[in-house]
Amino acid sequence: MDYEGPIQDLITELGRLPGIGPKSAQRLAFHLLTVDATDARRLADAITSVKERVRFCEVCFNVSEGPRCRVCRDERRSDEVLCVVEEPRDVVAIERTGEFRGRYHVLGGAISPLDGIGPAQLRVKELLARLSDGAVTEVVIATNTSIEGEATASYLSRQLQPLGVRLTRLAAGLPVGGDLEYADEVTLGRAFAGRTQL
Amino acid sequence: MRAYREQAIVLRTHKLGETDRILHLLSTGRGKVRAVAKGVRRPGSRFGGRLEVLSHVDAQLHPGRTLDVVTQVELVHAFSALRSDWTRSACAQTLAEAADRVAQEGERHVALFVLLRESLLALEADPRDPAAVLDAGLLRLASVAGYHPHLRACARCGAPGEHAVLHLDAGGLLCPACAPVGAQPLAEGVLEGLRVLAEAPWEDLDAWASQRDGRIRRSCAALVSSYLAHHLGAPLKGWELVPR
Ligand SMILES: [Zn+2]
Ligand SMILES: [Zn+2]
Repeated sequence: MDYEGPIQDLITELGRLPGIGPKSAQRLAFHLLTVDATDARRLADAITSVKERVRFCEVCFNVSEGPRCRVCRDERRSDEVLCVVEEPRDVVAIERTGEFRGRYHVLGGAISPLDGIGPAQLRVKELLARLSDGAVTEVVIATNTSIEGEATASYLSRQLQPLGVRLTRLAAGLPVGGDLEYADEVTLGRAFAGRTQL
Repeated sequence: MRAYREQAIVLRTHKLGETDRILHLLSTGRGKVRAVAKGVRRPGSRFGGRLEVLSHVDAQLHPGRTLDVVTQVELVHAFSALRSDWTRSACAQTLAEAADRVAQEGERHVALFVLLRESLLALEADPRDPAAVLDAGLLRLASVAGYHPHLRACARCGAPGEHAVLHLDAGGLLCPACAPVGAQPLAEGVLEGLRVLAEAPWEDLDAWASQRDGRIRRSCAALVSSYLAHHLGAPLKGWELVPR
């Protein structure tokens, strides 16, 4: 059974969000019905302003409030190393490590044949354009270890090889603090294949 | 309801909630199974990397109200080589897409499982022309799924022969008496190519692909793609992306 008017509209809209099923949508909608008007207004404003003010950086396609994102505006960062990621949230995750001082390139997803997403739907052309002047000497491919991320890494390495830049891939392997014996064979196998010289 | 155990290949996955995934599995005993793997996206999950697309696993599942729940997984074969090579990854994922489309839930279909596994193994053997393995796999998948292409006799009247007309809807060749007026005959070498794709041992595909000129291979590939699209109701999304 459907509810009447606005509450059903809210349930429908919430239900379109990723990871939210009809039951969760209903639960959230009824929760919002009980919160203060100011709290509800704040949420509505946040949604509106994210659509109005946030856009994609014209250089790296990270999320940004201006034409260029914070990373691209930072003059102390190195222009020689470029880290390629799938989504803006991967930039945040890598920034949190404090290990990387180069620039980023956000592809906007990964190649996913099952969803009909190919290289043309990602910002691959823009990546090639950024590499054309030879300023970048190393490209770190930091796509996920999922089948889509691996396919994307393999595709990119084939495209970038002729450019003569150094290509690296984030090491995949054992979680820090984990016991070797508990690692699954896929993870352990990857760790073995990607072993490094001491 | 009792827990059950199945050998299965992961055909595709969707994210669910914060850390779960819905899996489409092609099992040996129950056809397609849709199941939830809880916590699989969390680093250090007990499933680890075993439930990625293409993985062949031995899984224990618990029947649920709408979706079954994966409780234990042992890896049989990871097909790792297919993941780290873009061309073969695209071929393998397109095969998984086709299997996902033809498999029925709760309908035991061992031949389909065996065929998918065989095609993935053929890709893993590092063929010179992975796309030929894909096209062969697709034609054979269509065949075991009930859309067998008749390539040695007329699909309507059964008259044996090297008929020149291929008709998608009829499901194969048509003899001159059964063929519609004005139907385009197949170009020289194309029928032979389709027979190789549909019937030849996997290891013979490379020899065929390397000695035939590109036009014949492209015609065969296009016919396989339209044959599948016709019988599955829509084109395969992965097919277009495969480098050829
Ligand atoms: Zn930027
Ligand atoms: Zn006939």
